[in-house]
Amino acid sequence: MAEINTISGNRALQIEEKLIFELGNPGSVAVDLPEPAPFDLERLGDAPRRGRVALPDLSEPQVVRHYTRLSQKNYGIDTGFYPLGSCTMKHNPRLSEKVARLPGLADLHPLQPQKTVQGALEVIDTLAHWLKALTGMPAVAMSPAAGAHGEWCGLMAIRSAHEDKGEGHRKRVLVPESAHGTNPASAAMCGYTVDPIPALENGRVDLAALKAKLGPDVACLMLTNPNTCGLFETEIVEIAAAVHGAGAYFYCDGANFNAIVGRVKIADLGIDAMHINLHKTFATPHGGGGPGAGPTVLSAALAAFVPVPYVVHGASGLELVEGKRDGAKPFGRVKGFHGQFGVFVRALAYIQSMGSDGLRQASSDAVLNANYLLASLKDELSASFDGPCMHEALFDDRFLKDTGVTTLDFAKAMIDEGYHPMTMYFPLVVHGALLMEPTETESKDTLDQFIAVVKGLAAKAKAGGVEDFKAAPRLTPRRRLDETLAARSPVLRWKTAAE
Amino acid sequence: MRYLPLTEADRRAMLDVIGAKSVDDLFRDVPPSARLAGPLPLPSHQGEMEVERAFTRMAGKNLSAGCAPFFIGAGVYRHHVPAAVDQLLLRGEFLTAYTPYQPEVSQGTLQMLFEFQSQVATITGMDVANASMYDGATACAEAAIMACRITKRNRVIVSGGVHPHYAETLETSLRFTEMEADVLPPDPLGMEDMIGRVDSKTACVVVQNPGFFGTVRDLRPLAALCHEAGALLVVMVAEPTSLGLIESPGAMGADIVVCEGQSLGMGLNFGGPGLGLFATRDKYVRQMPGRLVGQTADVDGRRGWVLTLSTREQHIRREKATSNICTNSGLCALAFSIHLTMLGGTGFGRLAELNHLAATRLEQKLRAVKGLRVLPQSYYNEFAVHLGDDADAAAVVDALADKGILAGVPASRFYPTWPELKPVLILAATETNTEDDMDRLVAGLQEVL
Repeated sequence: MAEINTISGNRALQIEEKLIFELGNPGSVAVDLPEPAPFDLERLGDAPRRGRVALPDLSEPQVVRHYTRLSQKNYGIDTGFYPLGSCTMKHNPRLSEKVARLPGLADLHPLQPQKTVQGALEVIDTLAHWLKALTGMPAVAMSPAAGAHGEWCGLMAIRSAHEDKGEGHRKRVLVPESAHGTNPASAAMCGYTVDPIPALENGRVDLAALKAKLGPDVACLMLTNPNTCGLFETEIVEIAAAVHGAGAYFYCDGANFNAIVGRVKIADLGIDAMHINLHKTFATPHGGGGPGAGPTVLSAALAAFVPVPYVVHGASGLELVEGKRDGAKPFGRVKGFHGQFGVFVRALAYIQSMGSDGLRQASSDAVLNANYLLASLKDELSASFDGPCMHEALFDDRFLKDTGVTTLDFAKAMIDEGYHPMTMYFPLVVHGALLMEPTETESKDTLDQFIAVVKGLAAKAKAGGVEDFKAAPRLTPRRRLDETLAARSPVLRWKTAAE
Repeated sequence: MRYLPLTEADRRAMLDVIGAKSVDDLFRDVPPSARLAGPLPLPSHQGEMEVERAFTRMAGKNLSAGCAPFFIGAGVYRHHVPAAVDQLLLRGEFLTAYTPYQPEVSQGTLQMLFEFQSQVATITGMDVANASMYDGATACAEAAIMACRITKRNRVIVSGGVHPHYAETLETSLRFTEMEADVLPPDPLGMEDMIGRVDSKTACVVVQNPGFFGTVRDLRPLAALCHEAGALLVVMVAEPTSLGLIESPGAMGADIVVCEGQSLGMGLNFGGPGLGLFATRDKYVRQMPGRLVGQTADVDGRRGWVLTLSTREQHIRREKATSNICTNSGLCALAFSIHLTMLGGTGFGRLAELNHLAATRLEQKLRAVKGLRVLPQSYYNEFAVHLGDDADAAAVVDALADKGILAGVPASRFYPTWPELKPVLILAATETNTEDDMDRLVAGLQEVL
């Protein structure tokens, strides 16, 4: 394709868009606000702002066009297939968006008298009921704001329980090498030291190594299940027994719960605490990076330590408990107000749409789709482990050996083909990982087209098409951005030429 | 099950390719004792109409803010959100994108976050801001932890004017660490002595401006003293529209500024999700938690944006990471950023003036309520009032709710063990309040007091 240069730098629908600070005119206004009546500042205190805040002034059409153009430079699940492993990019039902905007749910203040928000408390209580029933766990902390926040919440409950039993000396946490990076970071934030445990050739935790590491100073094991290789930990029941036998608790990173909802009961695996990423398992739009929500289910041993606030059934309806209460030993509060309510509404609308039968079908289809990808691609790509996999299929870069093409190059070439790349270089336990998660909301047709493209790219790499891969992506608004430059001389905000 | 595209024929064909007899085969790694044979005894799937009806029913059990004279603040504020904000948020390419790990197909999100960082740094008067955090409370805790990391000290002093949820979250966050929090008693009059508590062990002082009870103060003397003692000043802003009228924390000497960003673009949403804003000085940027977007160039030399400085983060540093935070609040940051772009510098200042004006007008009208007195000497759009020695603010709020008036938050909801706060009510007024709302509140108070 011949390179065509335009005067503007625009390329038909690909429009160059300036920063807001480079747009607008002083005095333009996109919001109608009345001119305030004259007033003195006597009640404002002794630090009134001098001068105007240096933000650009734009009109409404300029604002709408700016953000519309920015949106066009993004790939979302609405745009196309997004097989980003470990991230669960599935269809976002618009019904959830619609009900979340009902004024009776959206236009509510968290500190209104409780009798005026009984419907909102019902949303929280109903969702809590589903989470407990689907996992078989007796308690749930609803307030964590995200998966990693839920991890930390679970660890705080574990530490509280040990302290309560006079076992505050337990400060070592066992974390598999393949774990999400948040696991060790959450443990450190809880005052724990982290002790890694290795994986076996088959991608599972090494039970013998785990047993050897257990001791009277171990607070808990943090295990992801299904794990980050997309595999179910086959010895999980034995693992749980060993952990409990040593007086420790079993934390499960539930980021991959969507693979087993309705097919496996978490309580039957011997798990004491597990966070559930509502946005992954039950669908809430990821919004370019959040918000999410990470409620944490807890076993009977940890139930008393649920942080405030929580909803209970009281004499005059649903009640929000915000402080100490008989029998409960909350370890504190993890965020402001009552949790990610807007996410709760979206998740509950999805859950009620799917129902118990639909959720089971969804996890079945997610696993089926992943195994279909694995089976269809394992001859052209190198599969890291034999099947069956759970909801994601893991490949590595052995199939690119001697081609000069790296995992990164391969991913960038997928962009030109119209796909968001899979997860690259994670999990770290295999070299040059390519982790693909198709999810249950993709059709067989979509998967077949994708399989054809990936096979085509693999053939091209093996046939010596390395230059094309190195140049990819060629059709995007920007190509191969220089990450080293960004880190070496950070420019993190707009500045005027004078600054 | 309208979200699932596979047909039975598809499933059979796919199982053939896999070489499995049934889907159950694919779950053979699950120990038999933990397998569920069929759906759990929970309701089965429902159509769109039925679900919508169920939510409309639950929504109908609530008294929404728009249906009442409304004066509740205390960390969540009701402002008018321009219609364009939500319309733009709903664009699928924003709504349904993930973290911008592939910059070539995420320039929209990345540029927006770069603009957001620039806006936050500008309004707070700081050098640099991150791409957002969960909410104000968690951002405040992270700021305290960051201050301990920078100063290598472990004592955090928290003003009694800090929102109690922020203080509680901070205390919880430090609970099992070497760091400790010294949380001062509630401070409705804004008279506490912070300066006297700062010593050589102090990592930082955390102060909220305007304070939880409304007080606005000049933080320059406190900043100077903190710096003299080698401690940092962390300033929390619960109501960011105040920055249009009050000197920025940066200009007053703050080292870290954290805010709850809910006021712009997001609506109330029963308090969640919120939006944590986090800004600091250039010299501390590598100690800052959370995600950052930086400017760079692509292979053709064109300006573009990427996630950067990730060496601070959990996926690289693991247990040595600056924080375990792994996400940001992307969509909330977008809402905030669009709203602030719509306001511009001119509108931001004007919105702040309208808010302050509404509060001063409310104060004037409240003079008609016998025995009521406004506590703070200086305030922005919110202040605590004392309803009289025998009054119970919680009972007053309850009685007014029965009249369809949502009249602020009783301080006792946060401080149940402080009898002297029983008559204290925290009232907020914003540009959304009409004269009629205020008259109804005053009349309501006169009736029930």
